[in-house]
Amino acid sequence: MAEPVESGSDAGLRIDTIVKQYGRYPALRGVSLDVQPGEFVALLGPSGSGKTTLLRTLAGLETPDSGEVRLGGQDFLALSPRARRVGMVFQHYALFRHMTVASNIAFGLEVRPRRDRPSKAEIAERVARLLALVQLEGLGTRYPAQLSGGQRQRVALARALAIEPRLLLLDEPFGALDATVRKELRHHLRRIHDETGLTTLFVTHDQEEALDLADRVAVLREGRLLQVGAPRTLLDAPQSAFVHAFLGETNRLHGLARAGRVLIAGEPWLSPATTLADGPVALFFRFHETEIVGPDQGLAVRLFAVHRKGGNVRLEGRDARGQTVEIDRPLTEEGQYQPGQTLYVRPTVTRIYAEDPPPA
Amino acid sequence: MAATPPVRRKPSFGALALILLAVSWIGVVILAPLALVFVEALRKGLATYPEALADPDCQAAIALTCQVALIAVPLNACFGLAAAWCVTRFEFVGKTLILSLIDLPFSMSPVISGLVWVLVFGANGWFGPQLDRFGISLVFNVSGIVLATLLVTFPFVARELIPLMQQQGAEEEAAAVTLGAGGFDVFFRVSLPKIAWALLYGVLLCNARAMGEFGAVSVISGHVRGLTNTVPLHVEVLYNDYNFAAAFAVASLLAGLALVTLAAKSLLERRFAMEHTPHG
Amino acid sequence: MKTDSPPSRRALRWREPSVLPGFIPSFGFVVVYLSLIVLIPLAALVARPWERGIGGFLRTVTDARVVAALQLSFTSALLAALVSALMGLVTAWVLTRYDFPLRSLLDAAIDLPFALPTAVAGIALATLYGAHGWIGGRIEPLGLKIAYAPAGVFVALLIVGLPFVVRSVQPVLADFEAEAEEAALTLGAHPGQIANRVILPALAPALLSGFSLAFARAVGEYGSVIFIAGNMPMRSEIAPLLIITKLEQFDYAGAAAIGLVMLVLSFGSLLVLNRLQLALSRRGV
Repeated sequence: MAEPVESGSDAGLRIDTIVKQYGRYPALRGVSLDVQPGEFVALLGPSGSGKTTLLRTLAGLETPDSGEVRLGGQDFLALSPRARRVGMVFQHYALFRHMTVASNIAFGLEVRPRRDRPSKAEIAERVARLLALVQLEGLGTRYPAQLSGGQRQRVALARALAIEPRLLLLDEPFGALDATVRKELRHHLRRIHDETGLTTLFVTHDQEEALDLADRVAVLREGRLLQVGAPRTLLDAPQSAFVHAFLGETNRLHGLARAGRVLIAGEPWLSPATTLADGPVALFFRFHETEIVGPDQGLAVRLFAVHRKGGNVRLEGRDARGQTVEIDRPLTEEGQYQPGQTLYVRPTVTRIYAEDPPPA
Repeated sequence: MAATPPVRRKPSFGALALILLAVSWIGVVILAPLALVFVEALRKGLATYPEALADPDCQAAIALTCQVALIAVPLNACFGLAAAWCVTRFEFVGKTLILSLIDLPFSMSPVISGLVWVLVFGANGWFGPQLDRFGISLVFNVSGIVLATLLVTFPFVARELIPLMQQQGAEEEAAAVTLGAGGFDVFFRVSLPKIAWALLYGVLLCNARAMGEFGAVSVISGHVRGLTNTVPLHVEVLYNDYNFAAAFAVASLLAGLALVTLAAKSLLERRFAMEHTPHG
Repeated sequence: MKTDSPPSRRALRWREPSVLPGFIPSFGFVVVYLSLIVLIPLAALVARPWERGIGGFLRTVTDARVVAALQLSFTSALLAALVSALMGLVTAWVLTRYDFPLRSLLDAAIDLPFALPTAVAGIALATLYGAHGWIGGRIEPLGLKIAYAPAGVFVALLIVGLPFVVRSVQPVLADFEAEAEEAALTLGAHPGQIANRVILPALAPALLSGFSLAFARAVGEYGSVIFIAGNMPMRSEIAPLLIITKLEQFDYAGAAAIGLVMLVLSFGSLLVLNRLQLALSRRGV
């Protein structure tokens, strides 16, 4: 991934202990996050995690109950949403449906006070440049209703870029698009980010999207920031069961930590070391981080389904406790497995976390 | 009407019976009275119209009706815009109360809508005697008619706008704000164009009701011919004088207004649907 | 799940300083307007019937003529709303389910009573059902008298109630998933069963709401009724007319008393109908 270009952006964004409550429902419970100038950050989380609220707080569309936001050292929350110069791309784009594409893009320039407003010719020129940037040349006179979903998304992006934002915010930018368009626009967005060098935050619930696109990913859950890091860091060293499980498909076994070892009932062969205090723990291993071993050296799994998944064969089975266990094997082994068969499976990499307390 | 086209089948035999039933129902209940108005008006030929319209009382009634509508409709349009804006764009205590007050006139007899003004401003009313001392009277004259009309017709614009604005949501306005637009630009460049057709229809409907209101106005007008009779009241006078041809001629003008309003409605709806049909 | 609900819903949840302008002016205008136009007049209606004490109020509203008028207004409104509900359902069904010539014209005609001045409907009905009218002339020889009889009130209220039921039921019928109907068909239900057990229950809340609106409008209707009713005391005199009569006698307290009773009775019935509708729609979903 390209290094973010240091230009067109003020100094960094500092989000400090933001708390926001809707009635009695806590949406953000003290979220802090630092974003470097020109960085591309994904806010990743399931619905209800507070990621959209955080984004709207930055745009000034929500007012936090407490906390601080600084951009380039300036108190950002003290600014009115009008004055923040934040380019926001809304989830459903919020294009002005009664205006043409060109008028939509020009809007942010035309509503400026007279002394700051560029001339008509300048506006037209900038609109043309933005249309080219988002590859919509020639569509300036269309209305939003006459565009495809992907085109609308790009109009929304161009409209947000037109005001030369200090910060670009995107709320589920690909949420309303189908899979193929989504992939294409993803790379398009990354390219635009790299060209403009804008500090960019985007909200998504799709881990693949976040990992694929962002310099750093911030995982949120129930209004808390669980972990921030580069995609590799998150994948290699998830700090919690939730982050591990949210970033990819995984198997989970329940066990007990006892004096630095994990004990799993009926599986004496599997007793990895742990630094966790004594108590219930969960042991995770991903589908591909497994090997097949001889009897009694691994988990006995009775297969009930064998099918292709991507470039692998996915084996689904149940262990002695009736828990589903899935593993991936190379396609070359496809013929070796049938439903009904019993395999012995041993994880090659395990992650152990204290059992999550039940959600508040 | 509804957005998604339902399954329309070729009528079967039972369906034909149902269609026939519905058609005769609409025919007898609505279309027959409507047709009768025009037939009766034209019974003695087209000459009835110039005759009826030449009557100074009739001219006065038309002038009064237009005057009342010119005051009441803009006021109610402003109210409708303000109410729809504050109810659909903000969350506040007392919102339900405002919404139920807006619904109130729909379930209140128009006669009561006239009566309440007599109770407040009439000779025996709460403020009537005090106002009388200053030589001001608000009932049995134009101001009374305006007040009664306001009370009967104030919900129409609001009722057109509220569901539409609720459904449209406020994201476009929020987007405008993040792009740096001030209140004036948000309202006039983003919000108003989105609701222009609904506003226009609400105004038309409000106008039709304002010009056609009978019960409320009847209570408060004082029925002074040539002075405080609106067009519907003039129709009543002509009818009670057994001047049927003239009564129906004037009534047909009001019926024509209703038809034009409905035609405008379907035109506006089609226009509105066209603007909002997403590209294939 | 609040943070991810659709934007329109989220916008409504803002109680904190919203970014949108104009709350104070719009709210202020609405409050002042509603107070002047609705609240003060209504206060007068609530306050004034008691000028001759509770006894005076009771004497007014238990007067035989008043009771007869109230009875006529409410029972004919109820009957008319019932018939409107039934025929409105048929009409809405036909309009959404079948294609036939002039369908859109018929559809447009439904809204006519919303826009047609009541006095116009009133004189048209009186003539139509009068002794020499297109309909009256044919049925009076059969011994059926509609104009200048209580039946006239009922007939006039039909025109008032018609659009409400059709317009409440129509969108629900149109949105009703063809899939649910088709599912019932594949499960072996015949059309009658589908109508009875699948469609009608889904329609019930809308039907009831249309019925309530039709009823509420009919109870207070004046213009369409007075020309055809004949207005004979104890027989075909409606309550709103009695209010006007009292006013003409400068009996403000009496007029207010009848008005208040009408208002309380219709709100009471609407409250019951709303509760019922709520219960129905809760069951429906």
